[in-house]
Amino acid sequence: MPEGPTHSTVPTPGTAVPGRVVAGSEPWQPGAAAPEIASSAGGYVFFKPAEAAFVEAAVARLIPADELGGGAIEADVPLFIDRQLNGDFGNATRWYMQGPWGEPTKTQGYQTRLTPAQFYRAAIQAIDAVSTRMHGQAFAALNGDRQDDFLRVLESGAIALDGVDGQAFFGLLLQNTIEGFFCDPVHGGNKDMIGWKLIGFPGARYEQRFFLKAFNQPFPLPPVGIAGRREWSR
Amino acid sequence: MVPLSATRLPSIDVVLVGFGWTGAIMGQELTDEGLSVLALERGPWRSTPERFPPTFAQDELRFYYRHELFQRPAHETLTIRNKPSETALPMRVLGSFLPGTGVGGAGVHWNGQTWRFLPSDFKARSHNAERYGAAAIPPAMTIQDYPLTYDELEPHYDRFEYLCGIAGKAGNLNGTIQPGGNPFEGPRSREYPTPPMPQGYAPTLFAQGAERLGYKPFPQPSGNMSQAYTNPLGVQLGPCTFCGFCEKFGCGNYSKASPQTTILPVLLRKPNFELRTESEVLTINVDRSAKRATGVTYVDAEGREFEQPAELVVLCAYALHNVRLLLLSGIGAPYDPVSGTGVVGKNYAYQVFSTVDVFFDDKILNPFIGAGAHGMVVDEFNGDNFDHSGLGFIGGGYISVLQTGARPIQTHPTPEGTPNWGSAWKRAVAQNYLRSTFIPTHGAVMSYRSNYLDLDPTYRDVYGRPLLRMTFDFGENEHRMSDFLTDRAAEIATAMGATRITRNYRKGSWDVVPYQTTHNTGGAIIGDNPQDSMLNKYSQSWDVPNLFVMGASAFPQNAGYNPTGTVAALAYYAADAIRTQYLNSPGPLVPA
Ligand SMILES: Cc1cc2nc3c(=O)[nH]c(=O)nc-3n(C[C@H](O)[C@H](O)[C@H](O)COP(=O)(O)OP(=O)(O)OC[C@H]3O[C@@H](n4cnc5c(N)ncnc54)[C@H](O)[C@@H]3O)c2cc1C
Ligand code: SF4
Repeated sequence: MPEGPTHSTVPTPGTAVPGRVVAGSEPWQPGAAAPEIASSAGGYVFFKPAEAAFVEAAVARLIPADELGGGAIEADVPLFIDRQLNGDFGNATRWYMQGPWGEPTKTQGYQTRLTPAQFYRAAIQAIDAVSTRMHGQAFAALNGDRQDDFLRVLESGAIALDGVDGQAFFGLLLQNTIEGFFCDPVHGGNKDMIGWKLIGFPGARYEQRFFLKAFNQPFPLPPVGIAGRREWSR
Repeated sequence: MVPLSATRLPSIDVVLVGFGWTGAIMGQELTDEGLSVLALERGPWRSTPERFPPTFAQDELRFYYRHELFQRPAHETLTIRNKPSETALPMRVLGSFLPGTGVGGAGVHWNGQTWRFLPSDFKARSHNAERYGAAAIPPAMTIQDYPLTYDELEPHYDRFEYLCGIAGKAGNLNGTIQPGGNPFEGPRSREYPTPPMPQGYAPTLFAQGAERLGYKPFPQPSGNMSQAYTNPLGVQLGPCTFCGFCEKFGCGNYSKASPQTTILPVLLRKPNFELRTESEVLTINVDRSAKRATGVTYVDAEGREFEQPAELVVLCAYALHNVRLLLLSGIGAPYDPVSGTGVVGKNYAYQVFSTVDVFFDDKILNPFIGAGAHGMVVDEFNGDNFDHSGLGFIGGGYISVLQTGARPIQTHPTPEGTPNWGSAWKRAVAQNYLRSTFIPTHGAVMSYRSNYLDLDPTYRDVYGRPLLRMTFDFGENEHRMSDFLTDRAAEIATAMGATRITRNYRKGSWDVVPYQTTHNTGGAIIGDNPQDSMLNKYSQSWDVPNLFVMGASAFPQNAGYNPTGTVAALAYYAADAIRTQYLNSPGPLVPA
């Protein structure tokens, strides 16, 4: 189950190589640090146009742009979700995905046969089918109030979607939207640290002792990400 | 037991199964005795510069939400259910707890809250029966006394605290109560190695509120360094910078005590020590008498199997994996919840957790300035520190404000009645993020006849072997106790001058989804005799005397504190017994 870099193997004398041997000192190799995986630039790689339209419309309702500033769209949340679904998260690489698939109790957690990527595909299709049946239009084409109503019903579990659990999908979408709004910008969301600036989170800092005892005062430094700040690399 | 395909390797003195906190401690102790020691760790080599340097360690999405440092369920998980009548289903995604994998184990991404149990915690049954009458312990509650006392363990607690450089203030030095420390703790032989962590605004407000109610708040004993420290092995740690990416993260700063920052630089240089990573132990092998372990069989990353003979086998694989390996190896009688007989898997317990959210309109708390064990605590309602007469429960827990770093994906609290999304949600998050904190209550869980671990009949791991099955729920005792603690926490919140509070009682059955704690206990417990326990007081198997089992699997029930202080103390206690008694005459250290 190795991930990322591993060290060269030192054979134990006289035997086949039994695992990776670490002895004598702590191994270190130049360039062996597990690299930060920056999100790639450019357009959608996972979403098809109708899916992108749904996600853009939905996240704009979940975290709207308003008098406090930009929301999920301005933070590039749809792009963040696209990249997440295209990678290990979307493919449930780390998750236990072997059957049989039982009927869970309320406390047994995620028991959906679909990976997050498959779940998004299936749920968006089912949501647009319901929306078209009810309103004659896909979700993205509804006005904002209707979209809010739809999302509220989805959240409450009162809509039956074809073949997918709508309430569970809503939970996943909201979680991923919040992730994309507040994550480090290297992952493609939280563009220009919009989420962090909104709340006053100073980001990936490594030394904060100087302000521990500054009770009741606003933190004096602007946020910084793992890749620094945009203006640093201009 | 050994598959024919396994390559047989040359024998060594000791094989350690797993290389986290207990593996590192046992490795250091047993190599000091001159033994040749081999540690087998299923996960990869992990070091600060390679896996969690300060250039990218502060990535909330990657490390917490995408679980980079934790066990992969795709490789191994367990099945879960609340009661024996239900069908257990796999924990497909990590949630309630986050077992580690790779060198350092969960010791890499723990918080560093380092506790001793109370003297009365070691006598959970006899102490409560004596004070409240035998009827205070319901028949389904299978709590047991430890086969050793706090006093016997004290020097070993001390060793771990000095290894780590724990920052704290003693509350009881050799029987004399000390101002500023925990007045309820058992006597300590000396002060903590380093002074307590400096406290931020929210813990300070908490302490003031608690004092107004007459409580005696004290600083959380911390494995995050309050100052530079050189430990008895000569390994150095740097002062914690309050980066706030601590619990669930590795420390890029060499400021959090872990196997990497306290033991490995010394242990790995010893000629009589070897570590093999990406080497997963499949079984502990026993000879035909089933009274002697002959070694272990393990599989490497290329899928090749090896038989590693050893004179002494020490399980250090974390509580849950220890129990699974015992069951897969057929060592010890599996526990049967119907008859109540058998020992392997018996008395599984956990931690019960609730919170009170605290909102201010007029105070900026800067909650992101944090560390895993930075905070103030009151212990008035832990263990038997208070009179339980008429309360309908035994045990307790601590109440604190721990400012561990409010990373925003996880922490964006809103007052009751706020919608979960939309402009109103956004406004509430923006309004409250800097101005809120929360008070967790961290409670004990007693053991019960129907809470246990066994092998799942249906689900398998990547090697086709049965997964561990966990049957667990909180009892009435835990709900009553947790509600009681929550109400006390709410009183402190009010005394802090909060504008608004929300009480989040622990309602309903144990749920696998929200993170609670990685404090899984029991399943291979220590006790007085082989009928009631898997291990004797030295964590030695009653059945197989050259097998020792480390970790919180040894706890007969869980106390109100985080486990690792006691886990480590039991490891030092066992190592001491191996060094001073077992090696002179290998065999049972306690007559059965
Ligand atoms: C997020 C988090 C926060 C925590 N905070 C605290 C805290 O503040 N205070 C506290 O007291 N405790 C805390 N803990 C718990 C603490 O980490 C554990 O109690 C401690 O690490 C247990 O030590 P251990 O040696 O038993 O297991 P670990 O340190 O987990 O080591 C076990 C090792 O065994 C390996 N292993 C497992 N199976 C096999 C196998 N078959 N073959 C080979 N290797 C194997 C694993 O990969 C792992 O590396 C926390 C845990 C987590 C996850
Ligand atoms: S808070 Fe301190 S101990 Fe924790 S990771 Fe940051 S620097 Fe290390």
